[in-house]
Parts: sequence; structure tokens; C-alpha cells
Amino acid sequence: MIINHPLLGPCDAQEFTYLGDARLIDRPDGMAAGAEAAFFDYDYLRDNPAGLHRELWFHEQGDRSWLVVTRNTVTHEITNVELARDVARNSGRSA
Amino acid sequence: MRYSGFRVIKEALTGHKGWTPAWRDPQPKPKYDIIIIGGGGHGLATAYYLAKEFRQSNIAVIEKGWIGGGNVGRNTTIIRSNYMLDGNEPFYEFSLKLWEGLEQDFNYNAMVSQRGILNLIHSDAQRDAYIRRGNAMMLNGADAELLSAEQVRREYPFLNFNDARFPIKGGLAQRRGGTVRHDAVAWGYARGADSLGVDIIQNCEVTGFRIENGQCLGVETSRGFIGAGKVGVAVAGNSSRVMAQAGMRLPIESHVLQAFVSEGLKPVLPGVITFGAGHFYCSQSDKGGLVFGGDIDGYNSYAQRGNLAVVEDVIEGGMALFPGLGRVRLLRMWGGVMDMSMDGSPIIDRTHIDGLYFNGGWCYGGFKATPASGWCFAHLLTTDTPHPTAAAYRFDRFEKGRMIDEKGMGAQPNLH
Ligand SMILES: Cc1cc2nc3c(=O)[nH]c(=O)nc-3n(C[C@H](O)[C@H](O)[C@H](O)COP(=O)(O)OP(=O)(O)OC[C@H]3O[C@@H](n4cnc5c(N)ncnc54)[C@H](O)[C@@H]3O)c2cc1C
Repeated sequence: MIINHPLLGPCDAQEFTYLGDARLIDRPDGMAAGAEAAFFDYDYLRDNPAGLHRELWFHEQGDRSWLVVTRNTVTHEITNVELARDVARNSGRSA
Repeated sequence: MRYSGFRVIKEALTGHKGWTPAWRDPQPKPKYDIIIIGGGGHGLATAYYLAKEFRQSNIAVIEKGWIGGGNVGRNTTIIRSNYMLDGNEPFYEFSLKLWEGLEQDFNYNAMVSQRGILNLIHSDAQRDAYIRRGNAMMLNGADAELLSAEQVRREYPFLNFNDARFPIKGGLAQRRGGTVRHDAVAWGYARGADSLGVDIIQNCEVTGFRIENGQCLGVETSRGFIGAGKVGVAVAGNSSRVMAQAGMRLPIESHVLQAFVSEGLKPVLPGVITFGAGHFYCSQSDKGGLVFGGDIDGYNSYAQRGNLAVVEDVIEGGMALFPGLGRVRLLRMWGGVMDMSMDGSPIIDRTHIDGLYFNGGWCYGGFKATPASGWCFAHLLTTDTPHPTAAAYRFDRFEKGRMIDEKGMGAQPNLH
């Protein structure tokens, strides 16, 4: 698979490490009420769709950036690649 | 029809005209007492033991394709009970005992071959870990034997003992482990269940559940609604998709695992060997092909095919251990979709919906579990309580922090 890195262009997926569902960006607040249930959900439960899936890939053997890759889990076709940093900022997170 | 040596000879002499189909092809009834979704090894074994051991009747197995077309027919066929943790070892040993009596039990040749499995040791730390594992196995009534490098060399002289990075320093053998003809497991259980009155309904996809007031009343299928007193789901790599139809999210991701078969060779490998340091496992089929595999592809996938990078990785592992493999031609490779659970262990449990039961999360080790999984699921469906050897395989273990993390990898399924 080739991942089209927004800054570096096409890179072999072998340069990356996979983490999983891109929702892992939205880590719950450990101090908030109901944190225990929120963390159970966050750590363990997954939608696991057959079809489009937004997921986190780490460019470990490259520029060490985190990417959000939209990939079809049935065909392996990649339709969108974003910097995870931009995704996090656009969702209102500062860091 | 019972199979026997006498029968084979009689048919051979009379032109093989007396053989009948091994199972019927019935129309679905409007309602069953128990429906099992998934005609793989686990679903068919469940139906068989429900009818035979737990005296249930009016049972159907519903399969979207042909029985045996899923992982039961796509795996590398290794059976063993060399686990370590309390929640696991008694269960897998129970399964191995059932394999040992399986063919007599269902009167079908599944080619259960206890040719032995050998986990190779490549470092002192690995030796310590395997000694501990061997002791845990023996405490649970399984067999385990620690071999020195010399003993391994006598049985497998062609392995690479002097690899600079991973020299072979010995091995942990389980002589009762081995391989089984995978398709025959599905066929044998199907035939056994059918002869006890179970309806095996093929080419019938479950597309939804009818759930009213927290009670599951049956399943919607591509051949219409079928009512049920109880529904058991055993759909291997499709667990998340099927359970999503009941509104559930699972601690599971689907990943692809590949398997490989070489051209046929004269006997070279007497048993199953595994290379834990690099992750490669290999056995020789009765037809002579070397059957081997390694790591999963490692990202969510429902494609029943893998990627070349993993082919390369598996074969590198194989070459490091078994240099002669480089002279052998590869005939076939394929992938299967497995439901990787968050701790690498399975789930056999009731759900919060009355009448809906779940069996899944087998990761890439569920073939060896087929008989015990079927037995324990049948026990749960009949009695509503977990079988003692499967008591740890509950949904709530993630919430309660009682994970069964056999590999010690933490909560990331692509590491198991
Ligand atoms: C390449 C590979 C190698 C492996 N090697 C080993 C090994 O050496 N040893 C070992 O112990 N394990 C191994 N495994 C794992 C093992 O094969 C599986 O864990 C086990 O077979 C899964 O259970 P099953 O046989 O019931 O699954 P399956 O045979 O996949 O059965 C599930 C069935 O459910 C059906 N289904 C799905 N959705 C629906 C629906 N909506 N409606 C109706 N039917 C549906 C499917 O069509 C399928 O037939 C391996 C797996 C793979 C892929």
C-alpha cells in the first residue's frame, strides 16, 4: 500500500506503524465524571467497519508524523490522508 | 450412513454407487428453538454438541455461503494446548482431549495427526519462559517436554542452529499437539449434526436481528425472517459486523492473516515447528506441501487477501530458521479475516439482550479450539451458565481489568 503523505508525497506503508481507529485522538478527560466508563469505551470498544475507516498511522521510519488515513478495509483503497495534527486542531484541540 | 473400512471396500467393488450426501439441504423452518449463525468449525461443533451432548432439538445452523468456506478452511491446521494462563490452559487442554476422540465420536476421518509441536528456544530468557510454560501445562494435565539443542538436532537436523542472532538453544515440545485436516472438521461436524436432526441452511445470510423489549426473537435473513428461542453467533472475522446489527460494539478489530503452501516434497518435517523469536510456524501436510505462516498484516482489514510486505517478512523468518526453504517453490498463499480481540483471548458469553449469545474473538488461534468452543458454547446456550473451562471468557473482563493477555502485549490487537 502507498500512503500519500501530505508533506512528503507517496510513501510505502511499510515505513509506518499502525495504531488503529482515528477516534483514539479524542482521549477522554480522566478527571471528568464518568471517566471510568469513558476509558473502557476508548481503550477497548471499536466500530470495526467493513468499508471506509479513518485510522492513525505513524511515520516511524520517515518524518515521525502522525497521519489520519481514510482507507477502505475491504479494498485497501486509500482516499484521504491528513496530518493528525491538523485533524486535532480542527476539532478544537490546541496541541 | 456409517463409514467403515468394510464400507469403503464394498463401495470400491460396486462402483461407488452407494454413497449418499453427507448432509441434507433443508428449507428453513419458520421457527427454531436454537439458531446458530455461522457454519464454520465453531458453529457446526456447537450445533453437534447441542444435539448430542446437551439433548437439544429443533436447531438450525445458518451460513451465508457454503459451510467450511470461512477460516475453518483457510487456516494452517495446528492444534496444541501449550498455553500458560489459568483462564486458557484448562480450556485448550479440554479441546485437545476432544480432538483425540473426535473421529470415533463423529465417525468421520478428520486426519487428526498428533505429530507433535516444537517451540524452538533461541535465548536464555526464552528458555526460562518456556520452562515456566511447560510447568503450567503439566499442572493442568497437559504434556510438555524440554529438549536440549542436541535433542532438537536429532529430530530436525536441517534447521539453522548457528544463526548469529537467534541460535537454536533447545525447544519445548508438546508431543500430543499436531495438525488436523481442516475442511474435514467442518464436514464431520456438519454430517454429525445433520444426522442428529440439525438443519444446516447454506447460502442464507443473516442481515439483522428482531429484538423486542430486550429479547431476541429471531433473525432477518436473505431468505426471510426465521424465528428463534435462542440465537448463538459464531461468525469468526465478521463478529463486529454481525453484532453491530444488534446494536453492540465489541472489543474486537478485524485483521488479515496469511497462510502459505509450497510444492509437494518428500517427508522432511516430522512435526510442527515454531520460531518464536521471529514468528514463523511450519508443518508438512500429508500431501507433502510445507504449510506455513507468521504475523498478521496488522491493520484493520476485511479483504481475504494480504499484502506482499508480509509475505516477505514471513519468508525471511522461515529462511532464518530453515535455510533449505529457499530452494522450495511457493505454490499458494491466501488470507483469512480474523476478529482480533483486545487481549488476544476469545469471548464466549451471553449478551445484555435476552436470547442472544456470542462466541468470537478467536484471533488467529481458534482452529485448535473448535471442539471445546463448540462444547462450551452449547453448554452456555443450554444452561445459561458458562462451562467451567470457559468461565474466564466473559465480555466484562475488559471493564473489570481481568484480561487474559497470554502474550503480555497489552490492549492492542495488532500486537497479539
Ligand atoms: C491463515 C490462517 C491461519 C490460521 N492458523 C491457525 C492454526 O494453525 N491453528 C489454530 O488454532 N487457528 C488458526 N487460525 C484461526 C482459526 O482458523 C479461526 O480462529 C477459527 O477457524 C474461527 O472459527 P470458525 O472456524 O468457526 O470460523 P469460520 O470458518 O470463519 O466460520 C464463520 C462463518 O460465519 C459465516 N458468516 C459470517 N457472517 C455471516 C452472516 N451474516 N450470516 C451467516 N453466516 C455468516 C461465514 O461465512 C463463515 O463461514 C488461522 C486463521 C487463518 C486465517
